[in-house]
Amino acid sequence: MDELLHLLRQNARTSNENLARELNSTPTAVAERIARLEEEGVILGYQAVIDVQRRAADVVTAVVEVKITPERGGGFDRLANRIAKFAEVQSCYLMSGGYDLLVIVEGRTLQEIAMFISEKLATIKGVLSTATRFRLKTYKENGISLMRDEKHERLAVAP
Amino acid sequence: MTLKNHVANHVRDIPKSGIREFFDIVAQEKDVISLGVGEPDFDTPWHIREAAIYSLEQGRTHYTSNLGLPALRGAICNYVQRHFNVAYDPRTEVIITVGVSEALDLALRALLNPGDEVLYHEPCYVSYAPSVTMAHGVAVGIPTRAEENFRLTAEALKKRITERSKVLMLNFPCNPTGATQTRAELDKIARLCIDHDLIVLTDEIYSELTYDQAEHVSIASLPGMRDRCVFLHGFSKAFAMTGFRIGYACAPAALTDAMMKIHQYAILCANTMAQDAAIEALEHGAREVANMRREYEHRRNYIVRAFNELGLPCFQPVGAFYIFPNITSTGLTSREFSLGLLERKKVACVPGPAFGPSGEGFVRCCYATSLDQINIAMERIGEFVQEARK
Repeated sequence: MDELLHLLRQNARTSNENLARELNSTPTAVAERIARLEEEGVILGYQAVIDVQRRAADVVTAVVEVKITPERGGGFDRLANRIAKFAEVQSCYLMSGGYDLLVIVEGRTLQEIAMFISEKLATIKGVLSTATRFRLKTYKENGISLMRDEKHERLAVAP
Repeated sequence: MTLKNHVANHVRDIPKSGIREFFDIVAQEKDVISLGVGEPDFDTPWHIREAAIYSLEQGRTHYTSNLGLPALRGAICNYVQRHFNVAYDPRTEVIITVGVSEALDLALRALLNPGDEVLYHEPCYVSYAPSVTMAHGVAVGIPTRAEENFRLTAEALKKRITERSKVLMLNFPCNPTGATQTRAELDKIARLCIDHDLIVLTDEIYSELTYDQAEHVSIASLPGMRDRCVFLHGFSKAFAMTGFRIGYACAPAALTDAMMKIHQYAILCANTMAQDAAIEALEHGAREVANMRREYEHRRNYIVRAFNELGLPCFQPVGAFYIFPNITSTGLTSREFSLGLLERKKVACVPGPAFGPSGEGFVRCCYATSLDQINIAMERIGEFVQEARK
């Protein structure tokens, strides 16, 4: 992957000055490249990675496996985009294998998600079936382990 | 009773390690940001640790053969062939050791008669000269210079060769300077070694950490050199496995056999589960090595620029994870700089002379620490330098 994108994926809050130092570039050049990547839609946004279990207890997450009927001319895209438009849908992917769409849904309560799926998602024409699984506990989020490993001791000075 | 007189003369006369002394001082300070370390900040990649756990679970808690596990020796020979372009026979030409330090010690003890001279470039790794002394050899340092990016030149080497010269020790990429060698210079050095019948101990422990997509050339791969080289390598740096203590030497059978005589009586064999972990590292570790290398490269770019911006010049090294900036513009000696920085700003680095007399005027800073820490350290060093120049 592109070195700049790699660094931003690790920490999007790194200043342009520091990015420039790491990449042997200049802050202006970095700023220009970032602006272009944003414009091109390569960078979609910047979000904090949060342990919702600690600070946002009112977030319930489910993954929903959805089977849909592909359409002549449009395949899965039209229906997938329609599903993705719902604010409850955090992510939506076309998958290989036993179902078609993997939809990650967020709500405040279990009931809220259940209602969304039974009333909105499952009733869309072309949706053949849904299977919903609720998240119980998070161990790793976006590559960040939630196990707070103690920092292992290194000698302060070594040969 | 004072036992001082009972200590062997050649051991008694070895000076106290400059690093050791500095470590004792740092140990008394709290909340120090250390650029004084000599090992990766990454923990060993999980799949390698997992292999060690599996090894224990399987009850692999017994001795291995003296030379080391045949599977590991095979994996090493494949790896060395692929990455360094030198072929060794896994049955007779590789020995697994307790870190590359043991391999170096074995090689010296296997080769030296009392009074034989060992040439090495300095500043260099702290154990080189003492290891030669303990093997009853005479350590002959060849100064390298910042103007030449601390490369060893064939010219400088030639001046130090005498009738008693027997061994040349090389360490590129170099701890503490980050220096690397070009193929052209190595060619000239190789020619000298052949002409003067020198054995070369080439410690390439940092070779995977070569940046800017530069080529790492092993002197053992050059024409006519395989048969007069002991190729020394290990897992500590590239695979972040320092605590596993596992290294190896590859050398023609006659030399391996001589080293093996010492190893079998002194050590018997390297740690078994560490050997199992090392197999995993060689077979599946490439991706993690590449990730760590990329991270180090970014940090190197960062810290080199930061030091130069402070007016403490340092070249951009192409290997290892050290920089060796010149601090003479502060008007301080290396020791004063390091002590002052530690006491006043709580940042630890190692005074250059700990690595040899040519290190005066320099300090070693290790960038195997997180960028956040480096960032803070550089701010503090900036303050310190300003105050020192007033």
